[in-house]
Amino acid sequence: MAKTANTASAKANGEEKEQKHTISILVENKFGAFNRIAGLFAAKGYNIDSLTVGPTEEGDISRMTVVTRGDDQIIEQITKQLNKLIDTIKVVDLTFESFVERELVLIKVQSTTESRSEIMQIAEIFRAKVVDISSKTLTLEATGSEQKVDAIIAMLKPFGVKELARTGRVALKREFQGDV
Amino acid sequence: MPHSKVHNANHNHFGKSMTGSEIFVRCLIEEGVEVVFGYPGGAIIGVYDALVDLSDINHVLVRHEQGATHAAEGYAKATGKPGVVLVTSGPGATNTVTGIADAYMDSVPIVVFSGQVPLKLIGNDAFQEADIVGITRPITKHNYLVKDVRDLARIIKEAFYIATTGRPGPVLVDLPKDVMAQKTIFEYPKSVHLRSYNPVVEGHMKQVKKAADLINGAKRPVLYVGGGVINSNASAELAALAEKLQCPVTTTLHGLGSFSENNPLSMGMLGMHGTWYSNVAVSYCDVLIAVGARFDDRVTGKVEAFAAEAKKIHIDIDPSAISKNVMVDVPIVGDVKKVLKKLIDLVQPADTSDWLKTIDQWKKEHPLRYKVGNALRAQYVIHKLGEITKGNAVVVTDVGQHQMWTAQFFNWVHARSHITSGGLGTMGFSLPAAMGAAFGRKDLPVISISGDGGFQMNVQEMATIVEHKLPMKIFLINNGFLGMVRQWQELFWRRRYSHVELYNPDFVKLAEAYGARASKVTEPGQVEGAIRSAMEYNEGPVFVEFAVAKEDNVYPMIPAGQTVNEMLDTPEPVAVTAEGDVAVEEMMILTKG
Ligand SMILES: Cc1cc2nc3c(=O)[nH]c(=O)nc-3n(C[C@H](O)[C@H](O)[C@H](O)COP(=O)(O)OP(=O)(O)OC[C@H]3O[C@@H](n4cnc5c(N)ncnc54)[C@H](O)[C@@H]3O)c2cc1C
Ligand SMILES: Cc1ncc(C[n+]2csc(CCOP(=O)(O)OP(=O)(O)O)c2C)c(N)n1
Repeated sequence: MAKTANTASAKANGEEKEQKHTISILVENKFGAFNRIAGLFAAKGYNIDSLTVGPTEEGDISRMTVVTRGDDQIIEQITKQLNKLIDTIKVVDLTFESFVERELVLIKVQSTTESRSEIMQIAEIFRAKVVDISSKTLTLEATGSEQKVDAIIAMLKPFGVKELARTGRVALKREFQGDV
Repeated sequence: MPHSKVHNANHNHFGKSMTGSEIFVRCLIEEGVEVVFGYPGGAIIGVYDALVDLSDINHVLVRHEQGATHAAEGYAKATGKPGVVLVTSGPGATNTVTGIADAYMDSVPIVVFSGQVPLKLIGNDAFQEADIVGITRPITKHNYLVKDVRDLARIIKEAFYIATTGRPGPVLVDLPKDVMAQKTIFEYPKSVHLRSYNPVVEGHMKQVKKAADLINGAKRPVLYVGGGVINSNASAELAALAEKLQCPVTTTLHGLGSFSENNPLSMGMLGMHGTWYSNVAVSYCDVLIAVGARFDDRVTGKVEAFAAEAKKIHIDIDPSAISKNVMVDVPIVGDVKKVLKKLIDLVQPADTSDWLKTIDQWKKEHPLRYKVGNALRAQYVIHKLGEITKGNAVVVTDVGQHQMWTAQFFNWVHARSHITSGGLGTMGFSLPAAMGAAFGRKDLPVISISGDGGFQMNVQEMATIVEHKLPMKIFLINNGFLGMVRQWQELFWRRRYSHVELYNPDFVKLAEAYGARASKVTEPGQVEGAIRSAMEYNEGPVFVEFAVAKEDNVYPMIPAGQTVNEMLDTPEPVAVTAEGDVAVEEMMILTKG
């Protein structure tokens, strides 16, 4: 029989082209809405690289930003399943649009009198702020794209990173290059 | 009797101050609810108190909350109206979980109201507290915890709206005891506005045209139709399309009845236990028109090989059902009835006579068959039942071999005449679901068919059925085994039987103890008489046990995850006589269409 691209459930097949997607979801700010979305990802076995949630300019609407991975079929199912939830107002896969993304990181790095200035220099290059200081540590705050955050962490690793907290990606569609 | 009750949707109550409990009952009256299946308890006692004075609502006291949810499903499937359940918190609520999951899988509109501990105790491990909203989140279309009595009426209105529109499904509303005791002014909203929920029903004309183009070029089309046709009440439109195109039709388990099997275009059911010719036709077709069917793995088998030669059109109201399991060429999101109406006008009948001739030949060569012999066979019981009722009945099956034999050997002619648990495959479904159907349908006899395993999973509802003198026919197909599992062990596990033989009670005595009229049939010769006398008795339930062959298999069968090439057709009927001669036994055959 003819071999066709019949199967849509290549979920188990890790060899499919997996791509990172940033999905922005507007949801009713209601009891349980967050659980519903997180639960959906867990129940269907979809990946979550990061997930952020917070209020929007409209008090009764929250925005969730999910970074997930999957082939086209899985991503299509993810957006459809998200749309299917009653509390979901809008789902946009930003991957296909031009968007601004930011992530914030707090990094507590070991420092000695000798290394402190070197660390401060790195901080300056990344436009990070020193938010806490002790005799043995420096805590830096940096924001930027995921790559930038990855980069500053990599630069600081040799000094000894004691603790680290990342927010995960938040994103908005870019208006600048004309609307779609 | 419940359904004849007159409901006072009495707007004089609008604007009056009343408790949450009273508002709840008023809302049900506004919704036109005829019957509620429920079970009381501490957290919901205030609501039960309100039922005393507002007796317009017919409340049926079930014997187990699982029975209530299945009854609500049976009622909903038989009538097209939402089924309603009322239970208490904790164990009352958790007992509804199986029925809710079942309704979710099979897209059945039910609304479950559960009592809850007072708001201020939630999270404290209070007596009979269970986080039922959390537990049922993944198995409901939507659910609510009512935190303020002023939201109650709106939430109830939304719950019914969400359960019954778009792709239907279960909705749960959790009612904390203190909220239900608080008072507010009662107003029932006229309409629902949800900015985040707007099912698409119309069907995009561009897509419909694309579908028509594909269909008009088809030489070997097949209509593959499912539960969505029944939900959409679109049997007439389906018949019109099939006739105009002279296109053969196969139905899923949930599609049975949506297209009359008396129509020569019918091929009966497809899938794992579908007819040989429907499965083969699907694998040879050049255009597959899927209508309100969801490409379940019991239908597709190995997805890569399912209708691999065909361009595929898929009409479904749920966008997430499209290209979920099988990629389709022309998706149409919309309500079946509306889309079919548009499609019928655009299609031009092609000449399918060669294709129909081929299928007729297959039907002759590979009909459904079973051995006649002296032993009593389930297939024969069902075959006779179909003949005697002429398909004019609501038949509710359980899960197992008897379910598949009923799907195969009954003759399905009406929508909503077949009710079963397909997606979840819940044993214990039939008896309570048939009870619910009997509360909703007085125009047709309601027949419950179970195996000896599943019957015992909700047997307690016999009491409810007898109490209400429901004129149900309760048929037990007793093979002394968990037959379907035994069949798998026989065919795929080298006949190593592991915990599939049942020790059973005397079922006739059991039914009699509940107060039902009961009898037992052990020989083929008694079948017709027993069915006829059961069909004639209308004073209350009739129970008939059919003691059938212990080891018999459902054929055809496509083993799970395989293709038509691996389909097992009914084995040739050879028997070895005492003298060692090989004789061919007589077979009864049945052909659809
Ligand atoms: C032991 C056992 C064996 C089984 N063997 C078989 C078998 O051989 N063959 C078989 O077919 N099944 C079999 N099943 C059942 C199977 O598991 C599925 O439940 C069934 O195939 C699904 O039927 P369906 O595709 O009609 O979908 P349903 O579950 O009925 O879903 C209906 C679809 O229609 C859509 N819909 C609903 N309303 C509308 C509307 N108004 N407009 C448009 N679309 C709408 C829904 O979104 C959904 O996609 C078996 C089950 C058991 C327990
Ligand atoms: C609640 C539940 N438990 C287990 C199963 C698995 N199961 C599917 S069919 C079957 C056997 C059913 O036996 P019976 O009710 O006697 O019907 P038969 O197959 O013999 O007709 C079992 C155990 C199920 N479907 N549901």
